[in-house]
Amino acid sequence: MTIAIIDYGAGNVPSVERALERLGASSRRVMQSRDLASAGAIILPGVGHYAAIIRALDSQNLRAPLLQAIAHGIPFLGICLGLQALYARSEEAPAVSGLGLLSGPVSSLPQTAKLPHMGWNRLRIVKPTPLLEGLCESDYFYFAHTFAAPHSAEGAVALCDYGSSFTAALQSRNIFATQFHPEKSGAAGARLLQNFLRLAA
Amino acid sequence: MNLARRIIPCLDTDGDRVVKGVNFLGLRDAGDPAELAARYNGEGADELVVLDIAASRDRRPTFLETIRRVAAELSIPLTAGGGIRTLEDARSVVRAGADKITVNTAAVERPDLISELSAEFGAQAVVLAIDAKLDGHGATHRWDVRVRGGRDLAHLDALSWARRGVELGAGEVLLTSMDRDGTQAGFDIELTSVISRGVSVPVVASGGAKTPEHFAQIFSEGAADAALAASIFHDGSQSIRGLKQFLAGRNIEVRFPC
Repeated sequence: MTIAIIDYGAGNVPSVERALERLGASSRRVMQSRDLASAGAIILPGVGHYAAIIRALDSQNLRAPLLQAIAHGIPFLGICLGLQALYARSEEAPAVSGLGLLSGPVSSLPQTAKLPHMGWNRLRIVKPTPLLEGLCESDYFYFAHTFAAPHSAEGAVALCDYGSSFTAALQSRNIFATQFHPEKSGAAGARLLQNFLRLAA
Repeated sequence: MNLARRIIPCLDTDGDRVVKGVNFLGLRDAGDPAELAARYNGEGADELVVLDIAASRDRRPTFLETIRRVAAELSIPLTAGGGIRTLEDARSVVRAGADKITVNTAAVERPDLISELSAEFGAQAVVLAIDAKLDGHGATHRWDVRVRGGRDLAHLDALSWARRGVELGAGEVLLTSMDRDGTQAGFDIELTSVISRGVSVPVVASGGAKTPEHFAQIFSEGAADAALAASIFHDGSQSIRGLKQFLAGRNIEVRFPC
């Protein structure tokens, strides 16, 4: 099975590739819509600005085929901005329409703590999920973001506390997503990616 | 829950080798960057910084190759910098595998560079590196920003410059005390505390680390979000795991890899 990594120019595409390679999985970068149809699983990595990822998906004509692939049940993993893109909109770019697969606003973390939320934090697991199998609340994951989905978001399986509670990981049908970067989270992150590969197999 | 305090080894590179020096002078070879990167990744480093200290145009391809080799060894974030003057420079460093880029002299000369990088890569990817040196004493003391490897005065106050950089879009400050760098006399607690409490983004303290106690102090008294060191890790006099065990014993939250 080949994992399609959507390449819209985000900086963490090579890290995701390397992380998958270490787990023995084969992946390819997808920049055009026709390459998505045959994917066994899809990963949408992302760093940077909400508007950039959404505009790139549209300018590369990836929005419709991505929605179609997800509707067909192809396992999907969104990372960081790839999680936020699943929502209809973000406070970071109010005029931009996201994928709209999940309900709830993406908004800024409270400015009571230092922002960006950058570094290693732990999860509060609120719902059992195969994505987090073998992982526990003492494991740390690497976060680098300012905006986040609320703790009450649809499908939330793990929360993180930083100024307020937000969704750190979610699962809704075949849609999986993490606000943190599993590809940058050492052995714990590798375990999560391995769990996703197993789900997709 | 709070963020774990980060321990960050720094690789100062000249060409394809890691070097070390005292007060930016007297450089000696300290090993192969990819080998050191693999070691620190396994020992529980929370992030790695690679700085091109020569930062000359003709050595640029070598530095990019070093970033690629280092990134291939890591499952933790990588920050790279030294000589980044344009958006295009930054792009090539990010494409080579860096998650964050540091800017220093070029940002002082043209502050808009920070906004350009932030718009392109996001604030979380832009680190403002500040080399600060004490000026004056007693009630009137402050820290001057130094540029070009510490040689020249930027005619900027370190706190004002840090705040300006954050306004322009920097998501982190890498603060080096030029008074402490290479001395092993401990981090500059006062400088770090002033800057860290004065800006809204995380601050990485650098310069002067020798003992685990120095790290405990910079986190508890200096309010640093992360602490960076080079030679004590390279020469094996301090293991990262041992350091973290010491800090955990002081009730400072650190991450132990599973």
